[in-house]
Amino acid sequence: MTAATTLHSRHLLGIADLEPPEIELVLETALAMKEIGTRPIKKVPTLRGRTIINLFFEPSTRTRMSFELAEKRLSADTLGMTTSGSSAAKGETLADTARTLEAMAPDMIVMRHGASGAPHQLARICRASIINAGDGMHEHPTQALLDALTMLERKRRLAGLQVAIIGDLVHSRVLRSNVLLLTRMGAKVRACGPATLVPPGLDRLGVQVTTSIDAALDGADVVMMLRVQHERMSGLFLPSVREYFTFFGLTPARLERAAPDVIVMHPGPMNRGVEIDSAVADGPWSVILDQVANGVAVRMAVLYLLAGGEAEA
Amino acid sequence: MPTLLKPFLLKNVQLVDPVAGHIGRFDILIDGDRVVRVGRDQSADGAHVVELPSSFVVTPGLIDMHVHLREPGHEHKETIATGTASAVAGGFTAVACMPNTDPINDHSAVTEFIVKRAAEAALARVYPIGAVSMGSKGEQLTEIGDLRAAGCVAISDDGRPVATALLMRRALEYASMFGMPVIDHCEDPSLKDDAVAHEGAVASMLGLRGMPGAAESVMVERDISMAELTGGRVHIAHMSARQSLRAVRAGREAGVKVTCEVTPHHFTLTDDVLAANGGYDTNTKMNPPLREEADRVAMIGGLRDLSIDVIATDHAPHHADDKSLEFDRAPFGIVGLETAVPLCLDRLVHAGVIGWPRFVELLSVNPARILGIPGGTLSDGGPADLTILAPDESVTIDARSFKSKSRNTPFNGWTLKGAVAATFVSGRAVYVNDRIAAARTLRDAARS
Repeated sequence: MTAATTLHSRHLLGIADLEPPEIELVLETALAMKEIGTRPIKKVPTLRGRTIINLFFEPSTRTRMSFELAEKRLSADTLGMTTSGSSAAKGETLADTARTLEAMAPDMIVMRHGASGAPHQLARICRASIINAGDGMHEHPTQALLDALTMLERKRRLAGLQVAIIGDLVHSRVLRSNVLLLTRMGAKVRACGPATLVPPGLDRLGVQVTTSIDAALDGADVVMMLRVQHERMSGLFLPSVREYFTFFGLTPARLERAAPDVIVMHPGPMNRGVEIDSAVADGPWSVILDQVANGVAVRMAVLYLLAGGEAEA
Repeated sequence: MPTLLKPFLLKNVQLVDPVAGHIGRFDILIDGDRVVRVGRDQSADGAHVVELPSSFVVTPGLIDMHVHLREPGHEHKETIATGTASAVAGGFTAVACMPNTDPINDHSAVTEFIVKRAAEAALARVYPIGAVSMGSKGEQLTEIGDLRAAGCVAISDDGRPVATALLMRRALEYASMFGMPVIDHCEDPSLKDDAVAHEGAVASMLGLRGMPGAAESVMVERDISMAELTGGRVHIAHMSARQSLRAVRAGREAGVKVTCEVTPHHFTLTDDVLAANGGYDTNTKMNPPLREEADRVAMIGGLRDLSIDVIATDHAPHHADDKSLEFDRAPFGIVGLETAVPLCLDRLVHAGVIGWPRFVELLSVNPARILGIPGGTLSDGGPADLTILAPDESVTIDARSFKSKSRNTPFNGWTLKGAVAATFVSGRAVYVNDRIAAARTLRDAARS
């Protein structure tokens, strides 16, 4: 497979829009970007004079900071807007917010929104490139790309990897983007979660769906744990935290079923003692902090490529 | 609605009137607001003679028994005047309007207002549907007898299900005294929750909360049980799930008085369109949601084998501002009056699913029978409500040209075979399709 040299779309709305050569291009570019982070002066002039708006309609710490850092390292002019300080809190519609921002002529808008498809609607209105930083229960493409970069660094390949994704599947945009990316790149995905949290039709995407964590872990090269929101923990999805941890929590003992060189990932923020035992989170298998570092590199790569890939670095 | 028009004779036209057994070429003599006679080889006898292209088809006026006219209360979406203009442009001579206005049609004063506004508009006939419960809150029965006296022809809490089995029981018992059916929007609120799409692979991939077909069918089964218990008549609105159709068939086999309707969008589209063209077009968001292919095919089967009684549009106008919200927040519903006939002719009649008599049963005979209103046939001395169709005429749907105040349709830009040529209510040409040259002669006929 030969890597592409540009992205065909001017937006990054989801992994669904990326062909495998484009995924390779982003990952290769991200590896180059990582080097910048090792320099004493971690800044290149690549996006000098470009304006990027970070539009966050949902609370986010790590994704927002990661994008901001990526933008600053590429010398872009950035400004941020979050719901608490914006007109969205005053009842302005998304379309009006989009038109208002559009009038300020940004080059790119990085958007996080609680409604699935909100960035797709924004993309129909705005001339700026839209980067989806997570939309509802739909996609979180830069997360899947940074996860892939982490797997690639540790495993030197994606094709043929056995990847177990475990947790709240139905509400997870991380799951959807990872499934799309990994199946496209030839990895084998097992998705595991309680039956109340499995989206119908998931198996049609070439994913092996199971409610047994032991079956999911068996021989896995990569284990990706998904966060389970506290509000799902008592009621009609799940009876209790205790029961969830008993049947779906990742412990060192359980991990013995996986491949000897298994790596454990988590998109964060973690619920220690809920989906993951601290001994695993802090153990030798964990690549959770690599993921954070790779997040900046992947976002730099995406920004650079969507800006047209005009290298000044 | 009397007129001062000269009598006119529709000469040797293709008529489809299964109730009267008139299927074939007939002469229809119309004088004022009445049909004088339907027969063969009538002499003009001073009447203006109108000839139509041989491909045109004349039917008893089409009736849409499920529309939302939005007035009173939501006039920015639709009014009774614009809604009935939309109806006649779509070939409908009569509509039955749901009570979820503001205020809700739970009192005869609201019914009287609707009837008055409809008379002022003088386009399609409007038959109000009253609420089952006060405020459609599911707690207290409305004054159903008073609503009936003011003009209501059925009761429904549409937009919401009839809240409890007990309320459904009492409503069926009470409404049966007045010969009225109870129309139910079937949906289990706990299974629906805050869903915005059909629960299935498409919603899963788009990250949209889904409601399963069973959210509808459990309520259909409840309603059939209550209709069986009471002997009352229940009508299932906008049926969408294959499980519901199975329940209706079983109920009917057991002798329960249950009828049902399906919308053109549910027999034409599936949830695949939610992902089309970049995805999340809010004009693909409706309730019940577009379901999967197995459901769509089941609805086609029900139309073919007579288990579905009625095609109704669930015409649900919404302002563009509301529809431009995020998919999760945008309101449910699409307009349907001006796309129904092209969809039915293209997808059902020309596709060979149903024949012409069945088309007329679904869109005229059965709605009239279920609601107990005039129409469904052209009888000598009866009202001259009729629809003239140009089945071979190709139509490209252009939402900007709608007579409706709203434009929310997923069919914009579709080209379909089958057009409305003209619509007559009480002998008046309330709509003539100016895009069809031969139809323009009808306007002259009605004027002469």
